[in-house]
Amino acid sequence: METSSDTSRRQARPGSWQYPGAAPGVDDDQAAADGGELARLTGPPRAAREARLGIALGWLSIGLGLAGLMAPRFMARAAGMPDWPHVMRVVGMRELVSGVGLLNRPHDQLWRWSRVMGDAMDLGIVGVAAIHPYANRRRLASTALALASVGALDLRAGNPPRITPSHGALTGPQGGQRVQHAVSIHRPAGECYRFWRDLARLPEFMQHLESVTVIDERRSHWCASGPAGRKIEWDADITDDQPGQLLRWRSVPGADVDNAGSVRFIPANGGRATVLQVQMSYHPPAGRAGAAVARLFGEEPLIQVRDDLRRFKQLIETGEIPTTRGQPAGARSLVSTLFGKGADQ
Amino acid sequence: MKATCWHGVRDVRVEQVPDPGILNPGDAIVRITSTAICGSDLHLYNGVVPGMMQGDILGHEFMGEIVEIGSSVKRLKVGDRVVVPFPIACGQCFFCEQKLFSVCENSNPNAWLAEKMWGHTTAGIFGYSHLTGGYAGGQAEYARVPFADVGPLVVPRELPDDKVLFLSDVLPTGYMAAEACDIVPGAVVAVWGCGPVGQFAIQSAYLLGAERVIAIDHYPDRLDMARTVSHAETLNFDEVDIVDALRDMTGGRGPDACIDAVGMEAHGAGIGYVYDRVKQAMRLESDRPTALRQALLSCRNAGVVSVPGVYGGFSDKIPFGAVMNRALTIRTGQCHVQRYMQPLLERVVNGELDPACIITHHLDLDEAPQGYAMFKHKQDRCIKVVLRPGH
Ligand SMILES: [Zn+2]
Ligand SMILES: [Zn+2]
Repeated sequence: METSSDTSRRQARPGSWQYPGAAPGVDDDQAAADGGELARLTGPPRAAREARLGIALGWLSIGLGLAGLMAPRFMARAAGMPDWPHVMRVVGMRELVSGVGLLNRPHDQLWRWSRVMGDAMDLGIVGVAAIHPYANRRRLASTALALASVGALDLRAGNPPRITPSHGALTGPQGGQRVQHAVSIHRPAGECYRFWRDLARLPEFMQHLESVTVIDERRSHWCASGPAGRKIEWDADITDDQPGQLLRWRSVPGADVDNAGSVRFIPANGGRATVLQVQMSYHPPAGRAGAAVARLFGEEPLIQVRDDLRRFKQLIETGEIPTTRGQPAGARSLVSTLFGKGADQ
Repeated sequence: MKATCWHGVRDVRVEQVPDPGILNPGDAIVRITSTAICGSDLHLYNGVVPGMMQGDILGHEFMGEIVEIGSSVKRLKVGDRVVVPFPIACGQCFFCEQKLFSVCENSNPNAWLAEKMWGHTTAGIFGYSHLTGGYAGGQAEYARVPFADVGPLVVPRELPDDKVLFLSDVLPTGYMAAEACDIVPGAVVAVWGCGPVGQFAIQSAYLLGAERVIAIDHYPDRLDMARTVSHAETLNFDEVDIVDALRDMTGGRGPDACIDAVGMEAHGAGIGYVYDRVKQAMRLESDRPTALRQALLSCRNAGVVSVPGVYGGFSDKIPFGAVMNRALTIRTGQCHVQRYMQPLLERVVNGELDPACIITHHLDLDEAPQGYAMFKHKQDRCIKVVLRPGH
């Protein structure tokens, strides 16, 4: 349940949480208690198909990328191109980057469009190759045909009919989302509980949160930053507090975003470690506020929850969150930034 | 400061970049006095490791002087002379507590990327692609060292850089590979690859009680070094069939343990129909993937195959039937360097090991591009290049 205006961090990939029945609920009875209708999921089969398409294209990219990088001459021959290993390597790197991008964010339009742009580039190269004296024109023709069909698929993937999880969250009264995730922490359950119970510290590891103000034993005020500086605020009550074991909360009626959730602290490893089990459900209202909330909560709540929990683990185990932001680097070209990989000159 | 930056396949440049600063309370900044080019840097140089970006600063084998520390650093102080281990480890997680530092759960800021490739993340590594964190490396004048209280080893002033620099990687890596072999007195160990890690694996195997070590390579200078410096028997795989030769040399039984210090440069395939084509093409380019297969087929029944060589993704045609039916044990992993630095420093101090023996070239930092090219093409009998910033 977080977002950031930095689009590079927006990840989208499918997970069992998206699909009803795909993942057995960790806490189904409790979820019902938490939220009733909140916990109801709409799992658009279309989203699943979209994800599969993204993943298939991702693997295709990786395969082509590796082939282009490792066997550029073989690939050039197979495509009927002149012996242009450098060109094939550049194409290979681009494919590899598109592939890794797509596998991590199969829904992400940006990565899908990177393939469409790649197809256009490839067709351009084939056009240039066709006038080259050492090109095999017959093979080039089949290559162009294959490119055109893959290009059509990529175009289709770049313009999905409509559904993405965020849209799913926007549509209709059944658009609620539920997320669950668990993480192993090498600290006793009591310590994890105390860290979490100090609600004011949550923004240290929950990226989207600006502040949590504790009002009293039960109630707290939450403040998050949305897109374009929009602030989203709500009050929440702790509805169940079992020290060292469980925290359960839900938003106070009238919140911008109706949400509920629980964290379980399950002792592991002879009491020296904890399995932290988080479950959340939320239900943004319709309309403009709803749209903002949906964007705030992001397209892929599971990934956001997972990243938040990873930061919690890092912080409580080591006292800091590892980063490389702000470290030096040599000159990065636009091409390198786009493709994530320098080109063979 | 000046730093060696990756710009593409076989394109590294020494550039002016901003100085590193403290980013986290556990960080330290090291002014680098010596830094080496590693065989695994060649995988980056050759462009076969995914996740490199133009401008990335290379280098994971370095040492120097602490010039700045973060607010929570307690063990180190400004002025300490340290060798920095290549895996970045938090010292606090489940794995660090078991001294399995190279698989630390907390030190890779790009854990999600590594999870995608390998199922779970590994530790962060200096200068070794964004898969292992994208940390700026140490082939530079300065480097930022995260979790400084966990990794760097303080070394005495009287020992020259050349004697302690390789505690950062190749010496512990070779040692851990030999240690994994469960060597008992009288054991026969075969080592594929006579680069720096291979040489130290040979020497460590003798230290741990091996009676015979047989070294395999095809570069004459490396085989020379294996014979004269590390005292191994040698086999040239251009001249003999390795599996047959090892069988003959061990009375038909095979070596008690086999060490693959070659690794597989070309890696990461495994996708559908393209896979086999890629593999074919790879074999045309390099016979290196055969080292692991040979090791598995050569090893005696119920022996150990130890793999310090770097593998990146998916490997094909691994004779797993031999592993299962002949009760082989495979041990591998990036070296848990932090675990070995102090004990190996003691072996260096008391003269049991002389790591400087593998150095063939000292260059200025500015000459890093020539160093890479020379190392890549094994020109001028090149085995190990040490760069000295500020010389
Ligand atoms: Zn190394
Ligand atoms: Zn750790």
